[in-house]
Amino acid sequence: MSHQLKGQGEEAGGGVRGRARSGSPGTGDRSRKRPSRKQTYKAEDAPGRCGAQPGQKERAGGSPRPGSPRRKQAERRGRQEQLGERERRSAAERTSEGRRKRDRTASLREQRAPPKKENEAMWKQLKKHRSSSSASSASCGESLSEEELARILEQVEDKKKLIATMRSKPWPMARKLAELREAQEFVEKYEGALGKGKGKRLYACRMLMAKKWAKFKRDFDNFKTQCIPWEMKIKDIESHFGSSVASYFIFLRWMYGVNLVLFGLIFGLVIIPEVLMGMPYGSIPRKTVPRAEEEKAMDFSVLWDFEGYIKYSALFYGYYNNQRTIGWLRYRLPMAYFMVGVSVFGYSLMIVIRSMASNTQGSTSEGENDNFTFSFKMFTSWDYLIGNSETADSKYASITTSFKESIVDEQESNKEENVHLTRFLRVLANFLIICCLCGSGYLIYFVVKRSQEFSKMQNISWYERNEVEIVMSLLGMFCPPLFETIAALENYHPRIGLKWQLGRIFALFLGNLYTFLLALMDDVHLKLSNEETIKNITHWTLFHYYNASGWNESVPRPPLHPADVPRGSCWETAVGIEFMRLTVSDMLVTYITILLGDFLRACFVRFMNYCWCWDLEAGFPSYAEFDISGNVLGLIFNQGMIWMGSFYAPGLVGINVLRLLTSMYFQCWAVMSSNVPHERVFKASRSNNFYMGLLLLVLFLSLLPVAYTIMSLPPSFDCGPFSGKNRMYDVIQETIENDFPTFLGKIFAFLGNPGLIIPAILLMFLAIYYLNSVSKSLSRSNAQLRKKIQALREIEKSHKSVKGRATARDSEETANGNSKNSTQLQLPKGTMHHSASQSQTLDQKAQGPEASSSAGKAVPPASQHLPISRSPGARPGSGQARPQAHPWRSASGKSAQRPHH
Amino acid sequence: MGNKHTVFTHEQLEAYQDCTFFTRKEIMRLYYRYQDLAPQLVPLDYTSCPDVKVPYELIGTMPELKDNPFRQRIAQVFSEDGDGHMTLDNFLDMFSVMSEMAPRDLKAYYAFKIYDFNNDDYICAWDLEQTVTKLTRGELNAEEVSLVCEKVLDEADGDHDGRLSLEDFQNMILRAPDFLSTFHIRI
Repeated sequence: MSHQLKGQGEEAGGGVRGRARSGSPGTGDRSRKRPSRKQTYKAEDAPGRCGAQPGQKERAGGSPRPGSPRRKQAERRGRQEQLGERERRSAAERTSEGRRKRDRTASLREQRAPPKKENEAMWKQLKKHRSSSSASSASCGESLSEEELARILEQVEDKKKLIATMRSKPWPMARKLAELREAQEFVEKYEGALGKGKGKRLYACRMLMAKKWAKFKRDFDNFKTQCIPWEMKIKDIESHFGSSVASYFIFLRWMYGVNLVLFGLIFGLVIIPEVLMGMPYGSIPRKTVPRAEEEKAMDFSVLWDFEGYIKYSALFYGYYNNQRTIGWLRYRLPMAYFMVGVSVFGYSLMIVIRSMASNTQGSTSEGENDNFTFSFKMFTSWDYLIGNSETADSKYASITTSFKESIVDEQESNKEENVHLTRFLRVLANFLIICCLCGSGYLIYFVVKRSQEFSKMQNISWYERNEVEIVMSLLGMFCPPLFETIAALENYHPRIGLKWQLGRIFALFLGNLYTFLLALMDDVHLKLSNEETIKNITHWTLFHYYNASGWNESVPRPPLHPADVPRGSCWETAVGIEFMRLTVSDMLVTYITILLGDFLRACFVRFMNYCWCWDLEAGFPSYAEFDISGNVLGLIFNQGMIWMGSFYAPGLVGINVLRLLTSMYFQCWAVMSSNVPHERVFKASRSNNFYMGLLLLVLFLSLLPVAYTIMSLPPSFDCGPFSGKNRMYDVIQETIENDFPTFLGKIFAFLGNPGLIIPAILLMFLAIYYLNSVSKSLSRSNAQLRKKIQALREIEKSHKSVKGRATARDSEETANGNSKNSTQLQLPKGTMHHSASQSQTLDQKAQGPEASSSAGKAVPPASQHLPISRSPGARPGSGQARPQAHPWRSASGKSAQRPHH
Repeated sequence: MGNKHTVFTHEQLEAYQDCTFFTRKEIMRLYYRYQDLAPQLVPLDYTSCPDVKVPYELIGTMPELKDNPFRQRIAQVFSEDGDGHMTLDNFLDMFSVMSEMAPRDLKAYYAFKIYDFNNDDYICAWDLEQTVTKLTRGELNAEEVSLVCEKVLDEADGDHDGRLSLEDFQNMILRAPDFLSTFHIRI
């Protein structure tokens, strides 16, 4: 009984200790540095003394080996502790009666000073309650007073918090396991004592639910990690190329996940219902290949251009019928089509912003990075992921050069070069690049215009048909290296140069994309203007067909075959086809570039090196590096095209999923087989959010044209789910009018009123303004607090150094070996008064007991280095932790702890 | 993994999951990695928690560590006696701290210990010299090394006592943009 009791006292003490430290390793680890080893032993011994379950002792990390010095030490410690505890127990028993009478709050305040005694007393009390009311635990619960209950509840909560944060404690595993088990036992035991009467059952039920929920969550997490693909591939790449190259592949994987979700949305809600329940192929004109194209509709060259049968399939907008409901489910396909198109953008926006937010959470203050160049180089430049000796070699080399560079920078930071020449060169470079950008924009515009002329002609060659895609791909392939060559003129620092380079490539891609879009829009307008005449022709054809003379009036004429009906050009499908082609050609160009530029080059360098007059591997061609920025930008822009095109070509996302899947494997193979690690250091973590920002920008930019077409262009009259309507969004109005009760329609009409929307927007602006100002003031107070802490620390250090000098003078007479030790041990004593005064100013209420308790605490550490003269009240574990403890820290910890009670 | 229940009991796995940032699968994977290091030493049954240590010579040959200039320090910091010989618990501890999920503070605490070569709870000039020498494989001359160390102390030493305390170190490392991504070992 007494043994068990002691164990619980220990464990409660551990809880208090744990709570004091639980904030962050930063607050408590000063006190933990030296004594951690000893505490480990203690923790290992604890289960043995508890004697709770057999077999747990081993789990705590194994008993020390017999005969080892460790074991002896542990034994000695154990004996000492037993002695001390016997003394303490008697003391506690003597004082427990008196203590119980005392005011609760006072004892609570003192709880930290002699935590063990207090807790022991409490446990004894609890035990008494338990034994006296030997009936059910319910009566036991009632017999406990409110304060005790609150206290147990608090401790249980603390233990739970401890369990939850156990993994981020900087303790060795054995100690973590021991503490975890103790905490769990504690919770298990005393959770039932909480709650009263009826509330008790509810409480127990809630606890059970919480437990089940935690278990479910863990299982789900286990499941989730099992679903993450390519972990091993990425690990390989990481160990060969460091985190920067791997960041691209992680980005690719993330993109793949996003695209899978989009694919699921579109495929599950649009394509599958249409295929299963919609009208079959050949039933109506929009689902049939026209008579003129029928002969060649199955040729590969035609299919490759997404014409023929593919054009009239569910992959494209034009295939869908404008029937309001389809199938026996009465599935509202046009509505679903519209909503899916909107939710693709909604989901993408949400996921991008969320991942951006979670990225920024990790990074703290960003401003003052330049103050730590050397420190960052020293402590964060080694990439712990590297597991390949070649990469390690290049990493060593790059670290060495970066150190040398910054030394040189430091030594001649204000060296004056020829400023005028540099300026001139930079202006020249920018001029050249702007010329390039304009030229590429014009080239694309020209080509798209020409392709419109080509499309009117009859037999055109393969090149003429695919000119736009080829030109765009070639521009994307050759412009970035050109920019890099031009950027060499500028003589920027590599990191700044990289930013410029990224910005320029981004501008190039964006310019190309938008020129392409503008030209496409011209095309669309042209088609729209022709639409009216085609519509008339269609009507006239049908009219003449049915009213033609010379047909027996009594027999109804068979309907015109859908292939023969004249039809409009269906600009939506045309746009979709353009995007589809662009995506496919982009993919092929990427793969061919990798194959030629990386793989063949690597093969050439590797095998021709034996019979070449200079060293190919070290000399001119050498092996290619993995082009991270270009690849990431390519991926981002590809995604932009997908977002833009997916509304007009639902199958585009499916193609993109395939593309990402193949490019994952292909690029993994290429990078492992034919690339060499980077010479230049590239910041991966920082640019992650940079990439996300670009992605967000591209998402926004690709949202614009789609929104424009949806809101302001009339849909084609004879194809697509919105045909026959004035605008595409009319489908919502239609659904509201026909499928919802009238009052809902009124509500929606009311909500759509500009009189309500404008105030709502205003309100949103106000909220943004308010939140912005709140965050500003918070960050200001944060900075102030930091300044305060800094100032306090400096004051304290100056105290410390004064004291340290004094003690050093004192200890000059003593042996040299002891001098360091004694200064260390006396330092806290010197500063203790200071810290006590600090805590007094912080907490006005508890001046008397506070000062006395902290002063009383200040005594034992000073005498602590003589183990014999240990005062009976001081716990061995905490006592030894104290001398190392930062006095201000402990005081602040205490004052911070108080509000909890 | 049908035989996972013979290696650990269910409770053991749960406890490990509470104490590390790993899921069950990852713990099993780590166990197999550990077991592969010394197949004749590490038993296939951990339910009775045998007291087994894998010597540093084997730990250091792991592909994750073998090219790391600080591998010895890592092993020493996480081993129980500071000699680099690791039990399975230490092993799990090490990779848990190095995992992606570990918070910045925890990583900073252990990074400090790793760079504190002489275990005196301060990173002094000597520790810094060791770090630079290991990072550059001794390719900087003595003057440059001392200049770099001086600079680091100049930048990061908040209290001007000529050495970096844990607080100085944390204060500095919290602002490092790359710390989380580089102080990370994928298992």
